[in-house]
Amino acid sequence: MNAALSRSDFIRLTASFAGSLVLSAGADGCSKPSQTQQGLVANDGFSPNVWLSVHPDDTIAFVINRSEMGQGVMTGLPTLLAEELDVSLSKVTIEVAQPEASYLYPGQKEMNTGGSTSMRDSWLPLRQAGATARAMLVQAAAKQWGVDPSTLTTNVGTVVDASGRTATYGSLATAASQLPVPQNVALKSPDKFRLIGKTTVQRPDAPSKVNGTAKYGIDVVVPGMKYAAIARCPVFGGKVKSFDASKAKAVKGVTDVVQVPTGVAVIAGNTWAAFQGKSALVVEWDEGPNAQLNSEYMFADGQRLARDPSKGVVALQRGNVESVSGKAIEGMYLGPFLAHATMEPQNATADVRADSAEIWAPTQAQTRALLRTMKITGLPAEKIAIHTAMLGGGFGRRLQSDYIEEAVEVSKAIGAPVKVQWTREDDTQHDFYRPMSVNAIAAVLDEGGRIAAMTHRIVAEATGREYRPKQFGQAHGIDGSALRGITDAPYDLPNYTVTYIEKEYGVPVGSWRAPDANWNTFVVESFMDELAHAAGKDPVEFRLAHLQPGSPAALALKSVAQRAKWGERRQGGIYQGAAIMVWNGSVGALVADLSMNGKTPKVNHVTAVVHIGTVVNPEIVVAQVRSAINFGLSAALTGKITLKNGRVQQANFDTYTVLQMADAPSIDVYPMPSQEHPTGIGELGLPGIAPAMGNAIFAATGKRIRRLPFSDSLA
Amino acid sequence: MVTLTINGEQHELDVPDEMPLLWVIRDVVGLTGTKFGCGLALCGCCTMHIDGQAMRTCVLPASYAIGKKITTIEGLSPDSSSALQKAWIAEQVPQCGYCQSGQLMAASALLAKNPRPSDADIDQAMTNICRCGTYESIRAAIRRAAASADQALR
Repeated sequence: MNAALSRSDFIRLTASFAGSLVLSAGADGCSKPSQTQQGLVANDGFSPNVWLSVHPDDTIAFVINRSEMGQGVMTGLPTLLAEELDVSLSKVTIEVAQPEASYLYPGQKEMNTGGSTSMRDSWLPLRQAGATARAMLVQAAAKQWGVDPSTLTTNVGTVVDASGRTATYGSLATAASQLPVPQNVALKSPDKFRLIGKTTVQRPDAPSKVNGTAKYGIDVVVPGMKYAAIARCPVFGGKVKSFDASKAKAVKGVTDVVQVPTGVAVIAGNTWAAFQGKSALVVEWDEGPNAQLNSEYMFADGQRLARDPSKGVVALQRGNVESVSGKAIEGMYLGPFLAHATMEPQNATADVRADSAEIWAPTQAQTRALLRTMKITGLPAEKIAIHTAMLGGGFGRRLQSDYIEEAVEVSKAIGAPVKVQWTREDDTQHDFYRPMSVNAIAAVLDEGGRIAAMTHRIVAEATGREYRPKQFGQAHGIDGSALRGITDAPYDLPNYTVTYIEKEYGVPVGSWRAPDANWNTFVVESFMDELAHAAGKDPVEFRLAHLQPGSPAALALKSVAQRAKWGERRQGGIYQGAAIMVWNGSVGALVADLSMNGKTPKVNHVTAVVHIGTVVNPEIVVAQVRSAINFGLSAALTGKITLKNGRVQQANFDTYTVLQMADAPSIDVYPMPSQEHPTGIGELGLPGIAPAMGNAIFAATGKRIRRLPFSDSLA
Repeated sequence: MVTLTINGEQHELDVPDEMPLLWVIRDVVGLTGTKFGCGLALCGCCTMHIDGQAMRTCVLPASYAIGKKITTIEGLSPDSSSALQKAWIAEQVPQCGYCQSGQLMAASALLAKNPRPSDADIDQAMTNICRCGTYESIRAAIRRAAASADQALR
């Protein structure tokens, strides 16, 4: 796939939107500029690879293939390039790539941002890109000065020789671009790192986020652009039967009303008029088969399935649980649907013309947006541009492309550029939710108080189906992703069976920060606590007894217990709960300090230890763990999406309540020292907080809560 | 026609009286630093100052602001030099950043009224929602800005 842009107006709009040109992408890894830049990049620029270019005026441009949604890729990925290239990050402009094959890392199939993979995937390719460019600049200087390149070194954007003679990278760019690209250039050893692991690297996007100049999807303005709001069927899968546009068209500023696949779009001269028009619109819906959906039915049905031994597929089997007899300890755990509630409601801007299309969107999934736009417009990839705006939160919601498809459909229908803007109510009621989940878990303890056997039966919808349809054959039926937090839990269980029962109820589901583990870990870690109490053991000691000594999980748990002063008597009605968490190769443990204010739990403090390999940016690691903990805490306290008569009962922040400052704990975060390949940190902190809270609530009240949110179970 | 004074500049605008100030300023005036989050004055993304008071403008009719002084994030300081903006950078507060314009406007109104707020004062005044959970950094930045103002007075 090659979405190289050939039209000059694409480039102009790119420039006016982002404030700088997308520069220098040598698609095949050599210095030849791609079609994108022909006629735009000075011929004497230096672009040794697609990730960076050095210009004669000493400006440097980096391209990243991930979306910035707060997790810090605009800081972390350029840090890797700048470390090896040896330049100051303050001299660098950063652009998000187009979804072209040339910008994908080896083995990567699509351009998207999720799964806490950005740093792990970028760690070697971006450092190699920076090191290669640096080697060529050094080589160019050596040639110019007639010296051996091994006698030269670099110092933040300049090449320096033994006598102190210097040349800036910009002055060497043209000469460097004439050189062959060297292979297998050595990377810096960690003791030479100047940026990686240091606290001196600040977020380049922060200044624009404190003065209102950062451009999010909602801020995109294209000349001649219209604004649209869409009325969608309140029942999932419902269709428009008929509509009466007269009242909508009577609203000042409304210019058009058109039917699109997801509903009826009201087009106007500003957002507010579009919203008013949408409210005035009269639509009759064919609600379809989901009009009777009720949460209570789904939970009852889920429990029936969880108890029915004839249902499900064995997803994991260790030893033989049948070989163990004894009194089983059992728990039935119920988790609700959850909305993402990104701070920026979904939106996208599209300009679909006869021969080309251009999209501006806060998206985590550029390739998906491109493929869907191709399908809707019939245009080839090279005639479509996908511009990534700043994202006002992602959390997995923007791995979907529904809101982008809507903008493409509306623009196609009206023949003009248009921004489709969702209301908060639209956003809450038409999400791709964290699936509801019903879990029947049971275990038998041996005489020594160790787990002799455990069974875990999970009823949940598969969030991975859309990504990995081939894994979902009739006979197979296992969504590996649905079992994250269970099958990768670190415990040593000799007899263990996990059974997966896939159940679709007709509610759209999708990735939600730390997908699947965000719920499964609550079940596993709450139940470990139940077993510890049943065995009469300290919950931390009980866990350690089931972990490999010296494993990252054991080390993290020991460390967090020590740092949180686990087991020491607390003043002021503070109780503690602990949990281990795993996410996509990252491992951590946390302790929550909690007090009860009547029936309301309050987390006062959290201590977290994380093992994520090399820490590239210590401040961002702390910020991400705090962020993930607060996100999980918010959901655990009050988060739930429920359905009645097929309709989502929550709409705005008054009914789908989220954490505010007064309820946000102080959080101490300790990364474990490591020089290993980085894993990821955007999600790891989340899965542990709900079980740690539940375990602390048990310590405080003796009440074991197996259904979230806590606010409902404690009411 | 509605005449509004925004960041010290007068604007004559052909908008309905009842159009919320947020949308007048974003879509008609073209200042997009102030954000839309909920439309019901629940989240605080749309916070501006009206005659120095922090107000949630997604439900505030434009006519309310006639004859009053409107300040948006773009007008908080000419060059991001306010003590709060500097503190926000020093504490590296923004993650996605979407709510931070509103957070800054709310914090600025708090410090104008209460230059040395306690943690409880901060918690009570700062009810803007942040889904990235930057609350602890926001608290630290407000304390830092308050301390720097103290320093400046000495």
